[in-house]
Amino acid sequence: MRKGFALAALLAGLSGQFPISHATGWNMPVGVSQVSRDVYDLHMIIFWICVVIGVVVFGVMFYSLFRYRRSKGAKAAEFHEHTTVEVVWTAIPFLILVAMAIPATATLKNMYDASEADYDVMITGHQWRWQYDYMGEDVTLFSNMSTPKAQIAGTEEKGEHYLLEVDEPLVLPVDRKIRLLTTSADVIHSWWVPDLAVKKDAIPGFVNESWTRIDEPGIYRGQCTELCGKDHGFMPVVVHAMEQEQFDAWLAERKQAAAAEAGGVDREWGLEELVERGEKVYATVCASCHQAEGQGLPPTFPALAGNQALMDDLDRHIDVVVNGVSGSAMASFSGTLSPVDIAAVVTFERNAWGNETGDVVQPADIQALIAP
Amino acid sequence: MAPQSPPKATLEHSQSASGSATADGFQEEHHYRSGPLRWLLTTNHKEIGSLYLIFSLAMFMIGGAMALVIRLELFQPGLQMIQPEFFNQMTTMHGLIMVFGAVMPGFVGLANWMIPLQIGAPDMALPRLNNFSFWLLPIAFTLLLSTLLMPGGGPNFGWTFYAPLSTTYAPPSTTFFIFALHMAGISSILGAINIIATILNLRAPGMRLMDMTLFVWTWLITAFLLIAVMPVLAGVITMMLLDINFGTSFFNAAGGGDPVLFQHLFWFFGHPEVYIMILPAFGIVSVIIPTFARKRLFGYASMVYATAAIAILSFLVWAHHMFAVGLPLVAELFFMYTTLLIAVPTGVKVFNWITTLFRGEITFETPMLFALAFVVLFTIGGFSGLMLAIAPADFQYHDTYFVVAHFHYVLVPGAVFSIMAAVYYWLPKWTGHYPDERLGRWHFWLSVIGVNLLFFPMHFAGLAGMPRRIPDYALQFADFNMASSIGGFLFGFSQLLFIWVVVKCVRGGVKAPANAWDGATDLEWTVPSPAPLHTFETPPDLRDFKFH
Amino acid sequence: MTPVQRTVTKTLFALMMMVGFTIALVPLYDVFCNITGLNGKSASQPRAIVSGEIDESRYVTVQFITRTGSGLPWRLTALDRQVRVHPGQAYEVRFAFVNHGKTASRGRAVPSVSPSEASLHLRKITCFCFQEQRLEAGERLELPLMFQLARDLPENVHSVTLAYTLYPAADDQLSSSVIALTQGGGA
Repeated sequence: MRKGFALAALLAGLSGQFPISHATGWNMPVGVSQVSRDVYDLHMIIFWICVVIGVVVFGVMFYSLFRYRRSKGAKAAEFHEHTTVEVVWTAIPFLILVAMAIPATATLKNMYDASEADYDVMITGHQWRWQYDYMGEDVTLFSNMSTPKAQIAGTEEKGEHYLLEVDEPLVLPVDRKIRLLTTSADVIHSWWVPDLAVKKDAIPGFVNESWTRIDEPGIYRGQCTELCGKDHGFMPVVVHAMEQEQFDAWLAERKQAAAAEAGGVDREWGLEELVERGEKVYATVCASCHQAEGQGLPPTFPALAGNQALMDDLDRHIDVVVNGVSGSAMASFSGTLSPVDIAAVVTFERNAWGNETGDVVQPADIQALIAP
Repeated sequence: MAPQSPPKATLEHSQSASGSATADGFQEEHHYRSGPLRWLLTTNHKEIGSLYLIFSLAMFMIGGAMALVIRLELFQPGLQMIQPEFFNQMTTMHGLIMVFGAVMPGFVGLANWMIPLQIGAPDMALPRLNNFSFWLLPIAFTLLLSTLLMPGGGPNFGWTFYAPLSTTYAPPSTTFFIFALHMAGISSILGAINIIATILNLRAPGMRLMDMTLFVWTWLITAFLLIAVMPVLAGVITMMLLDINFGTSFFNAAGGGDPVLFQHLFWFFGHPEVYIMILPAFGIVSVIIPTFARKRLFGYASMVYATAAIAILSFLVWAHHMFAVGLPLVAELFFMYTTLLIAVPTGVKVFNWITTLFRGEITFETPMLFALAFVVLFTIGGFSGLMLAIAPADFQYHDTYFVVAHFHYVLVPGAVFSIMAAVYYWLPKWTGHYPDERLGRWHFWLSVIGVNLLFFPMHFAGLAGMPRRIPDYALQFADFNMASSIGGFLFGFSQLLFIWVVVKCVRGGVKAPANAWDGATDLEWTVPSPAPLHTFETPPDLRDFKFH
Repeated sequence: MTPVQRTVTKTLFALMMMVGFTIALVPLYDVFCNITGLNGKSASQPRAIVSGEIDESRYVTVQFITRTGSGLPWRLTALDRQVRVHPGQAYEVRFAFVNHGKTASRGRAVPSVSPSEASLHLRKITCFCFQEQRLEAGERLELPLMFQLARDLPENVHSVTLAYTLYPAADDQLSSSVIALTQGGGA
């Protein structure tokens, strides 16, 4: 069917070599779920209907333009009305539209199917990362773009999955119905994976629902599709679909890791290890707003480097990171960072870029602020 | 786009220079001031029309320059020229300026110039109000542009300014953005009231509604749309203002508000708004095609009914912009069906234009070239619109470059081409000279090639998965974007040629007779070219006049 | 009155109607949402329990999600994160509110129901979300949610998710009065 894209082929020819697989290229991906295949078929049916109408309409138009030119001696006719013709060309498009609406309605109904799912995943959009909660499994992931800044700035060669790679993909089993609940912690985001034909807005304070059933193991990439601020272009979605056994093993491993992480809270941490860990947390979570050197982007994102008011008030610093600031872009991190990470990042911020407070924040103290 | 020198009172007063002293002649006659104050205080529909058109052209160039900044950054993957925060300000300002500063004032300028001439009226019904509604615009847009220099930058939340990105998370300059939009909105409302009052009351004796040209008809319907939806826009931005500055929670989930309510309200305004930008274009094309096909417009009555049908349907389709927002199934189906329905009256229009061409006596002057390109390229935009209407498929298209391609096809080779067609068509009437035909053709062909190279690849980028409003993109979109950027620069710089054609035409050129185009039959072609400052001071005698 | 003045008067009247309509849209939208369940808004008022037969032929999984918006040093935890209920059966689950802050503060849990069609059939008999809560520094409070899924819950709904997001209560007098004025209490 893709051969029909004559113009596309022409363009592809003009612009050089072009990988044409089902995930990239110049048409909608067929995708790896029944819904995505239905959507693709619908897309192609409508496309071809438009092509046929276009050929007929533009055919008549260009015929008239060539045939009835004054330079060819054409003389204008007198007619300017014809009721029958006008009724016919109102009725025919109407019938075509009805024909289009029937399969579209069926597909849409299927997309809204609310039958029981095997797994429920809560997707939360943050500026600018995705959070995935496997509901009932006590596993939470944060998915940050992993493309290095140097590739974006052009000082390093861009990798194959430039801007479409993350540190923690959403891992899902194949052949299982997955219910996806979408919400947001700040502004509106939209979670989209073209290969699954799932796109749902993530709206603060509200939960949206969609579902998918992936047929083939593989890695499927998408992006946030609702303008969500500065780094809207840098919050990719990556789904890693695997067989059930692999998925079970992965899930068990994640649960263990979470338990190990929780253990770290109780011990006493030293300044250096906190700063070291905090630097990494800062780079993934904080640097997009407060900038790599803590200089911020005033007035929206205040500077941390040399912020004396903040450095003088340790409690305030912790409060802002843990609870966020109402009515501003500063989110609450109590639910999104572990106590160790919060302690580490606060310690780092208080001992970096010329901030030399020497303060050490212990994870146990943060834990006391967060634990229910 | 418009004569730089004031239109001359009579042919004898014609001078070729665009200098300021040329007003002497009719200062005596009409007690006009000279110098800048004259333009500030003018109540003449032709002068105000020219002001609108010059303003629109200036905004088109500024908004276009912003588009070129965007295309320059997107020429290659990676961040080369600008940072994401500035990129977002560029996309937002580009959209706002083109919609509210270029296209809408462009059509209002044409309405000011041509509606009184086409209905045989001496002026607009409310000339002083007319002056006020124009001068609100430069103030509004100076304010809007000045936000770029404010701390935190200008608006950066897209021209659709969805809450809460535009409220809780917005830069401090947002309050000024709201004031600027309020002013532009008031200007539009006052302009619409004036147009309705003019068309309904000042038609020459003997001209019935069904005798009016399609341009006048489409503008009458557009003016009603403006009256209906501009208050909704004003309401939305007022609620934003309250949310930002007075602690209310209309759109803030935290206080019991709802960000989705914003989108419903915005698109209840926004969808009729897109027809506000295309209905006058339909009118222009419906006037130009019969002229150069030398044949009466086919299906005049059905054109009027189709326009009215589109206007009414435009109130019932708004949520098709929100298919991914989580609407219930029933709502998705309802909005899918109503949206598909719009294709029927729109199709009728296209069929009528083509049947007008059929068995005509066609010539291809520049206005006709632009009008024909409009028919073809607008129809392509209509096809992608049809695809977008299919809700299940829209989950894939929504907020990708496919949408960007769609609305640019209907707005650039749609609305903007129609304005250019109108300018080439009426320049002889405005200035008394024909625009340079050879340069006009160059301008046309460079624009057509540029615009298609610019927007056609965006369809593929969108289908392949490129979201809109991103400053950097994955490598598989690189070729499409490079082609688009080249097309963008070609299209953008071709418009300098347009300015040159207009300036050249104002300064001189082949003299045009009263009826500049031999196939033209409307009333404006009965007055001399250039049109005297005052026309139809005594209503024309229409007893023997053949309407459309 | 000249004909022009008459037209302008009529147009201005239409304009005023549209301004009024726009203002009315805000409360109308809330009413519309409550009637249709659009957007997963659940009723903001307690509803009486409907006694009647319990549909024992099917189970529905009800999940509870809690999250905290920014600016409030509170934690909200669902003590029962998931329950299986029969339609028609009234059920009570408990939630814990803790204020970790150093001062007393007020907050409100804003509910959202998914799928949205279920929100029409979810009857909350008591809910902490109907009013603001005030917690002293360090206070912990357990509050109940008593709900019932109506028997006419569509057959195809097998799981219902109830999300509560904690937000600081608006302490601005003006804002609460404007909200009350325009939104009739809000969800």
